[in-house]
Amino acid sequence: MTERPSNAAGSPAELAAALRSTGYLADDGLATAAFLAMQMNRPLFCEGEPGTGKTALAQALAQVLGADLIRLQCHDGIDASQALYDWDFPRQLLHLRALEAAASATGETLDADAVEASLYDPRFLLARPILRALQTSPSVLLIDEIDRADDEFEAFLLEVLTEHAVSIPEVGEVRAKEPPLVVLTSNRTREVHDALKRRCLYLWLDHPDLQREIEILHARLPGVPERLAAQVAGAVRKLRQADLLKPPGVAETIDWARALQLVGARHLDVDTAAATLGAVLKYREDADRIRNQLDTLLAS
Amino acid sequence: MAPTSTPQQTTDPLPGLVGFTVVLRNAGLAITTDRVAAFLSALDTLDVTDRTQTYWAGRLTLCSDPDDLPRYDQAFASWFEPGQGGRTQVRDERPPPPPRLAALTPEDAEGGEEASDARQIHAKASGTEILRHRDLGELTAAEREHLRRLMALLQPEMPKRASRRLRPSAHGGTDPRRTLRAALRNHGELRELLRRDRSRRARRVVLLIDVSGSMEPYADALLRFAHVVVRRAPAAVEAFTLGTRLTRITRELRMRDPERALAAASKAIPDWSGGTRLGEVLRAFVDRWGQRGAARRAVVVVFSDGWERGETDLLREQMARLRRLAHRVVWVNPHVGKDGYAPVQGGIVAALPFLDDLLAGHSLATLERLLEVVRDA
Repeated sequence: MTERPSNAAGSPAELAAALRSTGYLADDGLATAAFLAMQMNRPLFCEGEPGTGKTALAQALAQVLGADLIRLQCHDGIDASQALYDWDFPRQLLHLRALEAAASATGETLDADAVEASLYDPRFLLARPILRALQTSPSVLLIDEIDRADDEFEAFLLEVLTEHAVSIPEVGEVRAKEPPLVVLTSNRTREVHDALKRRCLYLWLDHPDLQREIEILHARLPGVPERLAAQVAGAVRKLRQADLLKPPGVAETIDWARALQLVGARHLDVDTAAATLGAVLKYREDADRIRNQLDTLLAS
Repeated sequence: MAPTSTPQQTTDPLPGLVGFTVVLRNAGLAITTDRVAAFLSALDTLDVTDRTQTYWAGRLTLCSDPDDLPRYDQAFASWFEPGQGGRTQVRDERPPPPPRLAALTPEDAEGGEEASDARQIHAKASGTEILRHRDLGELTAAEREHLRRLMALLQPEMPKRASRRLRPSAHGGTDPRRTLRAALRNHGELRELLRRDRSRRARRVVLLIDVSGSMEPYADALLRFAHVVVRRAPAAVEAFTLGTRLTRITRELRMRDPERALAAASKAIPDWSGGTRLGEVLRAFVDRWGQRGAARRAVVVVFSDGWERGETDLLREQMARLRRLAHRVVWVNPHVGKDGYAPVQGGIVAALPFLDDLLAGHSLATLERLLEVVRDA
């Protein structure tokens, strides 16, 4: 097993403390998951409601490890040339033309093998996120919203994640000196294949409890008034139970508190809440419903 | 086998830990050998004597779905509870299937009475053609058996949509990779531009099957139909049942053998032949699956008679949401094909403005028609 650099934490609790210093508050489960992902060299598969801090986790881990964060955003139809590598074709063609021009000027004949070798030189290789993560160490590779990619891509990913290496026919094998820490996220729009999940640690992220959410607000928004943070977290908690089309995530809580801070609110009342509701509710139906019940929502 | 003492009391914790994974498997979690190995290796780097760390080591390595978590918690609590002697009673917590599943079990079709029916059906010259148009809810056991075989012969074709993935093609933009390769073969001479274009992939299809009491005569046939469609394109088809609650049966229906798939699906459905709360259940579907992606640009087929007790406002609202997400919404009602049918049931009236098609679905022939509509969607 490859050893992580010495700045890696020796226990989940130490890692949680290190994450806290970056402003990311991890509970026992999350810290254990991240700790195991590092120790066991296994990808961490994070699933949960949107806005529960899946992407932020990867950013915080990169910061703790002093590693580069390399992000691959998945989308419909993503394939190896977007995720792994591609050749810089225009430059290759120019290079070929230049070789020919030089050869005709001097009257030499070109050696086909030598030309081909010079065309597939690593300098013409465009490294996409996965290759970049293998070449960079230490690095954290965030594969965001894997559920948006298709199953062919999953199969391809499985191979890379198991081997920590890719082979490029013209160049040879690229193997990570130190395997990147891989974090995959999914919003569960589609069920990800079990074969992929089996190679990962599975972490289900829930909304944080009230106390933790208040702490998160303080960590992310230094200077937010105590009362405002408590009120916002409490109101969001009620919103999550209000049977909305899109219950707000932690990201929305932070947005809302920031919006309130920006308009200079010291505490949350019906007027300021109504004015900033767009930061926390993103559907018209939800906003219409809640606007009428703001006083009950804010009653503590 | 379950050890006789708690893991804490034995010198070697291994049997206790492996025993725990056996309990989880019995509780219905997909525990594989490599997951057990990962669990043990996780504990290797953590502190086995720390209850929280043991809990998380197992939860991270042995679970793979949010639905696994409550069962895991329960199994963990009882297995590692001090003083329980390591014995635990956790079993598959889902309620046992209700008894009214006669049509789903193959043994049932082999009764003596039905054997004589079978002879009768063979006597009919054009039995198959007649059967294709018979009402699925009024079949004899032998006809039903015959229909199962006909159903298995269906060859559904999936609707197609343009994918973002590019494939070599005669039209479309230039494909630099292939063009350069070809140029190299010609000593660097660019003779032609090779092209690539978007490929086409199967569009997602979502089947929502009402299994409430009023739909009971059709439920078996419709689940079989769903099985055929799911098997045809397992990655592109999702199947759910609607009743008093929403149940996802895609995973069960992916099994090859129809009898085993249907038995598994019926075991998964907790609200067989109960009431319907169409609006609420549709809402659960759109919230939990549809809005996140399952229904986006998909062909959504609802099999229901539209019997909705009480207010239909919620149903109307949810159908409107579904309409906004889906590529096409098709409602299949077994009563549409019958004489004197008018769409007056509360549910249908509420849903009608949001439908692309309202089709009959009471016979094999009408289901074949449905497949054509889905294919051309």
